[in-house]
Formats: sequence, structure tokens, C-alpha cells
Amino acid sequence: MIASQFLVLAAALFALGVYGLLVRRNAVLVLLSVELMLAAVNINLVVFEAMWRTSEAIGQVFSIFVLTVAAAEVGIGLAIILMIFRNRQSANVDELDLMRW
Amino acid sequence: MGSLLFAAAEATHAGDGGWWADTAGIMLISPFVAFLLILAFGKRLRYNGAEFAIGALAINTVWAVVLFVLNMTEGVLREPVRFVVGDIGSGLTFELGWAVDGLSIMMYLLVNLVGLLVFTYAVGYMEGDRRVPWFFAAFSLFAGSMLLLVGAPNLVQLIIGWEGVGLASYLLIGFYWEDHENVNAGNKAFMVNKLADVGLLLGAVFLGVAIGSFDFAELNLAAVEGNAALSAVAIAGGALLFFGAMGKSAQFPFHIWLPDAMAGPTPVSALMHAATMVTAGIYLMARTFPLYQQMAADLRPWMVAIGTITLFAMGLLALVVDDIKKVLAYSTVSQLGYMMTAVAAGGYTAGLFHLFTHAFFKALLFLGAGSVIHAVHSNNMSDMGGLRKYMPRTYATFVIGALALAGIFPLSGFWSKDEILATLGHEGYTAVMWIAIAGAFVTAFYMTRAVALTFHGTYKGHGHPHESPPVMTVPLIALAVPSVVAGLLNIPGVSWPGIGNFTEWLAVRVVPMGDHHAEAIDFFLAGVGLLAAVAGIVLGWLIFAPDRDTQQARDRLEIPVLYPLFRRKYYMDDVALGISRFTMGPFARFVNWTNTYIIDGVVNGVGGLVYHLARFIYGGVDQRGIDGIVNGLSAAADAAGSGLRKLQTGRVQQYAASFVMGAIVLVIVFVLVR
Repeated sequence: MIASQFLVLAAALFALGVYGLLVRRNAVLVLLSVELMLAAVNINLVVFEAMWRTSEAIGQVFSIFVLTVAAAEVGIGLAIILMIFRNRQSANVDELDLMRW
Repeated sequence: MGSLLFAAAEATHAGDGGWWADTAGIMLISPFVAFLLILAFGKRLRYNGAEFAIGALAINTVWAVVLFVLNMTEGVLREPVRFVVGDIGSGLTFELGWAVDGLSIMMYLLVNLVGLLVFTYAVGYMEGDRRVPWFFAAFSLFAGSMLLLVGAPNLVQLIIGWEGVGLASYLLIGFYWEDHENVNAGNKAFMVNKLADVGLLLGAVFLGVAIGSFDFAELNLAAVEGNAALSAVAIAGGALLFFGAMGKSAQFPFHIWLPDAMAGPTPVSALMHAATMVTAGIYLMARTFPLYQQMAADLRPWMVAIGTITLFAMGLLALVVDDIKKVLAYSTVSQLGYMMTAVAAGGYTAGLFHLFTHAFFKALLFLGAGSVIHAVHSNNMSDMGGLRKYMPRTYATFVIGALALAGIFPLSGFWSKDEILATLGHEGYTAVMWIAIAGAFVTAFYMTRAVALTFHGTYKGHGHPHESPPVMTVPLIALAVPSVVAGLLNIPGVSWPGIGNFTEWLAVRVVPMGDHHAEAIDFFLAGVGLLAAVAGIVLGWLIFAPDRDTQQARDRLEIPVLYPLFRRKYYMDDVALGISRFTMGPFARFVNWTNTYIIDGVVNGVGGLVYHLARFIYGGVDQRGIDGIVNGLSAAADAAGSGLRKLQTGRVQQYAASFVMGAIVLVIVFVLVR
């Protein structure tokens, strides 16, 4: 099995996520970029599980964990963003600098 | 020690005094108790604390009289009671206790009996005066110290009592301290005595270290047995003890303090500066008699010389002073000279017998003088005169005292002075004996002058003199009795049935020793002595009695060279003052200079140094150094915090960028390392 194509896909997806994370101004899109990075990681996990076939299927199990954590994270993150938007009528992360010195 | 005591006791057939001797220490304690009680309660009592003072001495007198009577009838000799108080080191111990033998019993009687009478008299004399409780307190302090002194079984306790009486003397001479002159008199007495006390202290150390004990019995025993260690220091130690005795007993040239000591109240003069305290030096010489008899015999001519100068030269001074108390004071110095001469010449009994009789008639004379002073409010005989009409009891007793002092048969002074003359003749001091006879003439002369100027002629003072109250005259009468009869106790060759005589009572002692006692009356010597006294009285009477209006002029007795010499007291005071001014003066200035410039300089220098060092430590080390480090650290932390907190921008994407950069760096590192 040739893994490199999947790994390239995952790397590209991760890089796309990092780009989005760093440059997007809308908090929702930043959150979306994080999801992209998590997805890239999941692809890696699944690919390597498919390659080596561990007896406990660790790669798949961890990919499920990552999905779970991602779902929780998104739930909380969206809730925070929603509250911030309600208070400030904006979801621009450049303006969200309350937690500074 | 014990066996010797036993042998001595057997030799003199003495009893041990029983319970009375065992408890004789009460006499040494009760005046001190009275002293404290008077200080605490004296002010609130009717007689200002005299109750305690008299009570204490009344109790003491019971003991003293019982012991004296026991000693008369059977002899009392008890091993001195000793309590070891502390360890001095070198095998010496500090002991307190009381001696019970012939000598100390005689002194117990004298101090307590005369003391009791003088204290009683003082109640009347001090009535309405200043600080009466303090007077009786200090007087009790004196009585206690004096008993501590005469009861001392060792030199250390004697010195304690010695200093105690010195202190009481100082306090009471300066009793009227509002007058600066009285304070000076007290200081003079204290300083002269202190100077002499150095001798006593050194002598005690010399002798005590030599024989390994301060005990008188040990000392006398060593002297009798010819202890080699003692004989090596006997001359030096004996001379030093004598030096101390000269100060307390006012021997030439230390006599200068005693006339000035008359600044104190008259009862003080009577008890301390006539009857008891000033005889402490004689008592010390008698206590250590074997030392001078057996070992320091070379000293004796010198001691006799000092005593002779004192007895003759000081008697002459009594001729020219106007202050009646100073007449008596010079008389006292002169009589102390007699005692010292007698003891030094070897007349143990003679000296002590004169001490015994002198205590009665001199206390009587002082109290009589006090009675007169009380009446006319002046010490000067030029303010008196003709008082015999106003004060018959005082006059009668004073004349008895004067006759006793002059040595008129058969009063006590005749017998004791005759005993001294006999001893001097027997011991070979013939020249001294004639000087002493001449002294007897002078004594009679000045006492006649005092009586004539005070009681005869016309009254020259102001106000109305009156006889003193009974509380004062009764003690006078009580003292007149022994002044008359005490001499009969020691008539040469007479031993009264059942009680013996004074010589035998005194001979009751731990270490037997020999001294001369005349076996029979030397009629020639007694006659010459009596003749001298009568001549003195007659001459005095001729000069001072008839010329009532010109008494003042006659009083001067202005013999060209002698009179100024006497008035200026042989310039002794000037010499003493000069010595102290030219020796102590520069020394005092030097000490002052040293103090101001050297000691203070060192102190100030050290102080300044410490100050500047402290300033440096505070400013340089503490403020700049330590605080600088602390402040610097906190400032650095502050600055670092201020700088670093800028990193926390609050912008999530910056954090994420840093995070990614970090991750990329780690990846590169991993790749390169591998």
C-alpha cells in the first residue's frame, strides 16, 4: 500500500488549517481551520493503522477520540463565540484582546 | 585550742558563765534590731524611737551586769562562740561570734551601762530637736557596732565593728548637716580615721596570713609560744595595728579629728567620743597585748612616746579653748594618751582600769556640759558663769566628775591614774612617769578652769538658765556614783572578799599573760600624784575664780610664745591641711586632669569612632549595600516583568503563530539532529 499520497493529502490539509488559523479574522473560520488540522491528523492516524494493523486498532481508536474531542471543542468554542458576538456585535479575533496585560 | 582553754580556765578557777554566756550574742544583735525598728516606726512613737534604743540597751545591760557579777564572783571564761560565715581562702575563714572573757565582759558592761544612761539622757536633751528618730537610729547603729567590736573573737569581726562605729561617728558628727562646718568636721573625722584604718586592715592581713587564722586566741597563743611565722611579721603587723589604733583612739598626730568631732550632739560626744568609741584603739592594744609583750617589744618605746606626747601636749590645749566641749575633748585625747602609754609600757590592767573609770567620769562631764549647753544655748564658757545657783544638780555632779578626772583621793580617777604612774615607774619609764605627773597637774588645772568659768563668777549669757529635767539629771547622778566608787575596785593589794578586784577580773582570759600590778600602795608616788592634782586645782582656782570681772582677760593666759601655739593647736591642723593641700591637691588636680583629658578623651574617642563606624555601616553598608541589592533585585524583577508582559497581547493568532514557529523549529532540530 502506498501511503505517501494520503500523507501528502494530510500534510496539505494541515498546512491549510495552519494558514487559516493564522490569517482568518472571523472566529468561526479560525475554529473551522482548527477542525481542518484535526481532520488532517485523523487521516494520518487511519493511514498508519491501515499500514501496520495493530491488534488493538490503536489508530482507529485514537481517531475516534480525536473526533470526540473535536466535537466537544467545537461545541464549547462556538458557544463562547456566540456569547462574545452577542456582547460585542463582532466575532473578529483582532478585536478580542480583552485577555491582555 | 581547746586544751589550752581548759588549762587556762583551770588556772584561774573560772566558770563558763552558763546560759548567760551562751546567749551573750543577744547583746550584739539587739541594737541592730532597734536600729531597723526605729527607722521603720520611730517617727510615729511618742519618744521618736528612743523606746527601742533604750529597750535594746536595757536588755543588754541585764546580760552585761549578770556576766560582770558572775565574773566578779567566780570568773567567766567561755570558748568564744563562733559561726563560720564564709571561706576567705588559703585556709582562712570568715567567722562571726562573741567572746566571753574578762576583757570583753568589762567592755560589755561599759558600753551597755553608760550607753543606757546616755540614751536616757538623750531623750531629754534631744527633745524637740531635728531628726530625733534618725539620731536614735544612728546611735543604736553605733551601740551595735561597738558591741560587735568589743565582742569580736577575731580581727575580721573587730574590723567590721570598727568600721561600723566609724560610720556612726561620721553620721552623728555631721548630724546638724545644715551647717557646712559640721559636715566638714564629719568628713575630717572620717578621712583621718580611714587613713589609720588602712594600717589596721594591713596589720590584720599580715598577722592573719602569718598564723593562718584571724582569731585573737590563736594570735595571742602564737605570740606566747613564739611562733616563727608570727615573729617574722610581728613588728610590721604590730606597728600597723598600732597605726589603726592611733586613728581611732586619737593619738598624736591623728588626734586632730576628735576636737572637731564635738560638732555632734552632746550625748554623742559623751558616749562615742569620750567613753567608748575612742577607747577602741586601747581595747585593740589590750586584745593583742601578748603580741606587743612577747614579739613586738621593740615597738613599745615608740608607742609609749606617742602616748606621752598625746597625754601631755593635748592636755595643754584644753587650757586655751573657750568651747567647753572642746576642753573636754582635749582632756579626752590626753586621757587616751595615758591609757595608751600605760598599755604600751606593759600595764595591761592599768590602761584598762583607766579606760574603765574614765568612761564613767568623762561621760558624766560631757553630759554635765550638755546640761549646761542645753540651759544657756551656747558652747562657749564666755557665755556661761555663775551657773551653780541655777543648776545645783548639774554643778554637783560636774564637780564630782572634774575631781575624779583630776585624780583627787578617793575618787576613781585617783586610783586609775596612780596605777598608771606605778606601772610606768615599775617598767622603768621614769621620765615618762614624771611627764605623766605633770600631765596630772595640767589636767587638774584645766578642769578647775572649766568649773570656775562655767559655774562660778557671774552669769554672762543671755536668757534665763534653769536646771535640766530629771530625765537628764538622773543619768548624771547615776554616773556620778561609779565616778566616785569605781576606783575602789582596784586598790593595790586589796582583794575584796568574795569578789576579788578588777585585776583578777581582767585576768580571766584564754591565753595567760603577765603584766605588772602593784601589790601595795606606793605612798610616795600616790602622794606626788595627788600633790600635782591639788596644786593644779589651787593654781587654777587662784587664777580663774576670784577675778570675776576680768575673767575674760585672765582667761587669755597670754604667755607670749606658748599661747598662740596652743590657740593654733600646735599648727597641727594647718600642717594636716597643708599636707593634704600640697599632696592631695596636686594629686587631685592630676586625677581630674587625667579624668578630663585622658579617660574622657578615650571614652569620647571610642564613642566618636563607634558613632562614625555606625554611620558608615548605616549609610554605606545597610542603606546602599544591602538595601541596594534588595531594591535592585526587585527593580530588575519589575523591569523584566514590565518588559515581558508586553508579550501577552491578548491576540490568539499571535500565540498560535509563535506556537507554529516553535513547532517548525523543533521539527527542523529533530531532522537535523537525526
